[in-house]
Amino acid sequence: MEQSRRTLLLGALATTACLGCSTQSRAGEDAPGSDERPQKGDVLVFSEGDQEGKPITVADLPAGGPPVHAWPKDPKTSVVRSGSRLNEILIIRLDPADLDEKTRERAVDGILAYSAICTHAGCPVTAWVKSDVGDKDVFKCMCHNSEYDPRAGAQVVFGPAPRRLAALPLAIADGSLSVAGSFIGKVGGVQPG
Amino acid sequence: MNTSMTRKQWYLSGFVAFTCLAATAAMAGPIENYSPVTAQRRENPEPANWMLYRRTYDGQGYSPLDQINTSNVKNLTPVWTFATGVVEGHEAPPIINNGVMFVATPMGQVIALNAKTGDEYWRYKRQLPDDLFQLHPTSRGVGLWEDKLYLATTDDHVVALDAKTGKVVWDTKVQDYKKGQYMTLMPLVVDGKVIVGGSGGEFGVRGYVAAFDAKDGKELWRTYTIPGEGEPGHDTWQGDDWKNGGGSAWMTGNYDKDTKTVYWGVGNAAPWPGEMHPGDNLYTSSVLALDPNNGKIKTYHQYHQNDSWDWDEVEAPILIDLQRDGRNIKSLVHPGRDAIFWVLERTPTKINYVAGWPFVSTDVWKGIDAETGKPIVDPAHKPVVGKRVEFCPSLWGGKDWPSAAYSERTKLVYVPANENFCGGFTGEKIPLKPGELWLGTKPEDIGLKAKPGADHFGELQAWDPATGKKVWQHNFPKSQLFGSVTATAGDLVFAGGTNDRNFRAFNAKTGELLWEQKTNSGIMGMPVSYEIDGTQYIAIQSGWGVDAQRIQDALATNNIGIESNVPQGGVIWVFALKK
Repeated sequence: MEQSRRTLLLGALATTACLGCSTQSRAGEDAPGSDERPQKGDVLVFSEGDQEGKPITVADLPAGGPPVHAWPKDPKTSVVRSGSRLNEILIIRLDPADLDEKTRERAVDGILAYSAICTHAGCPVTAWVKSDVGDKDVFKCMCHNSEYDPRAGAQVVFGPAPRRLAALPLAIADGSLSVAGSFIGKVGGVQPG
Repeated sequence: MNTSMTRKQWYLSGFVAFTCLAATAAMAGPIENYSPVTAQRRENPEPANWMLYRRTYDGQGYSPLDQINTSNVKNLTPVWTFATGVVEGHEAPPIINNGVMFVATPMGQVIALNAKTGDEYWRYKRQLPDDLFQLHPTSRGVGLWEDKLYLATTDDHVVALDAKTGKVVWDTKVQDYKKGQYMTLMPLVVDGKVIVGGSGGEFGVRGYVAAFDAKDGKELWRTYTIPGEGEPGHDTWQGDDWKNGGGSAWMTGNYDKDTKTVYWGVGNAAPWPGEMHPGDNLYTSSVLALDPNNGKIKTYHQYHQNDSWDWDEVEAPILIDLQRDGRNIKSLVHPGRDAIFWVLERTPTKINYVAGWPFVSTDVWKGIDAETGKPIVDPAHKPVVGKRVEFCPSLWGGKDWPSAAYSERTKLVYVPANENFCGGFTGEKIPLKPGELWLGTKPEDIGLKAKPGADHFGELQAWDPATGKKVWQHNFPKSQLFGSVTATAGDLVFAGGTNDRNFRAFNAKTGELLWEQKTNSGIMGMPVSYEIDGTQYIAIQSGWGVDAQRIQDALATNNIGIESNVPQGGVIWVFALKK
């Protein structure tokens, strides 16, 4: 049976989409630099959801949370640094008035970036929920319940984590986010298991 | 040249001499005269030793030593302690072979000690990858065979160590930790085969049990706990659900040396809501009878079908010769996470249902079909997608992985149970991403509620498996009970497991609390007993974490006067009678 024009087009589209996926996945996992930590000048792209791989703009960040999950991406090579899960980043936009002094100094228009890796056992910090010990929403690691307050430099407010999440300096140009320096603080758990 | 020492040289030489003395005192170095662990010694271990997970292949967790007994246990006192240097859940029994103790801890450590003095021989520290993350950071111990030890690691390797030196002999990758595959169990060694099972049910893996050659680490067989296409039982799954159906196998099996059958417990189906994997889902929440030579499934029994509550049934059933209903039964006894105390009969070709009853209150089961042994579910308490469903007991079940024990003197089974807990969650279809949590619900939605007005939570229970009667029970008003239990011929039952950091001894016949000692942390490990030079010792690791702490966090939010402040950090404790 002869294929209709529409079927052909759809078929071609599927092929293109698939090739696209495969290239991106290869670039993400094996490409040089994919497991290197974020570097100054890297852009930030969504690490999950419908917009995965697309650059994050200020408009993508809901005021007051929840955080957006991101990977750094080298703008020169287009390599997404998703080769190591230690590179996953939480980006959150908060009211500057809610931030403590030190955190406010580092924030750009109330926007902050932190490592998404819990400092206890290295699990991903996935939740944005009301704290077990207060009324505010906090970052929470659901592996062992550690909680971090992004308004106060991601200091630990509950659970076994021994230290705050590492912070990532940010810059904004034309509404797009980029990395302004390397992580401040150690990324990852003290005790991997 | 002036040969007399300068003042500085003199000080330095003094320092060197002192250091040498200190080194001698610490006994660091290889173990002399190590006793190889033969098949014969594993099948009939000397009373003085504790060389298997539960001391004997039948999984009874019973020591025939009786120097420490009901009349003198009040004089039990610490002999030595040893800090492991790491936090989180210390779940492994200290393993004893003729005066040498091997202790596995979280973070991939094995420590070899003089079991009499507490002096260190050597310490192995695995270099775990930086990007490894661990939902269950623990180890349940090392298996012994000949002159080697076997450790299953959280980065999913099996490692063989030289028992005398702690040096790595071989190191075999089992699967990929980046895809959520990991191991926490003590390997079961049978006839030169190191048998392990994989964790990772919460990451959508397909569970397996695998055997490696004890000499060189070569894989000998691998049996998936979820049958593939064309295999018996595959038709209990629909579509591709089986490929990520869970059935992890993260606890050490038991072994019937007479029929050469390994009994291995299998975990829950994945993701949690049964609606997302319709069917009975063999062999999840089951016990498998395996041939250790080739991994072939001889037979099985599924405790409950289409699991929806995260009720792993990974603790292997205890092998007990029972006199029940006027006949001798080679039984398998399993106080389940599903709240049912199971008594089964093992035959060379089949596992028969004998009896089952709830040992804690549950609203999930309406009864058990007497013919098939299948529990009858109340759909009102079976989690589904899109609606919050509550059920009792909680997802930690009537008894989680901590082991029950059986005393051949009292003929009773001692169960570390939890009562008055309920749980609930809303099922949600979430796409699977390899290496990421895949529960079928949002982790933050999982609840644990204490029943209103509950006057206790943890229960140490003593059951007669021959009659189904509960003989005694000890309640813990302000704590869960989350630690393994060990029985001894001194008619004692030892258990930690509570948030007040106590280690306790009970009268095995009456349940009377006879002795307790507050330790550094909460205890979720397994007590063991051994003997050296005529002295009986009791040993335990104290080190709270993992699910004992998760329950503690949940209790702290229930406004019942329980705080989430149990200190962490591991210490090995050894006790003997005061002389």
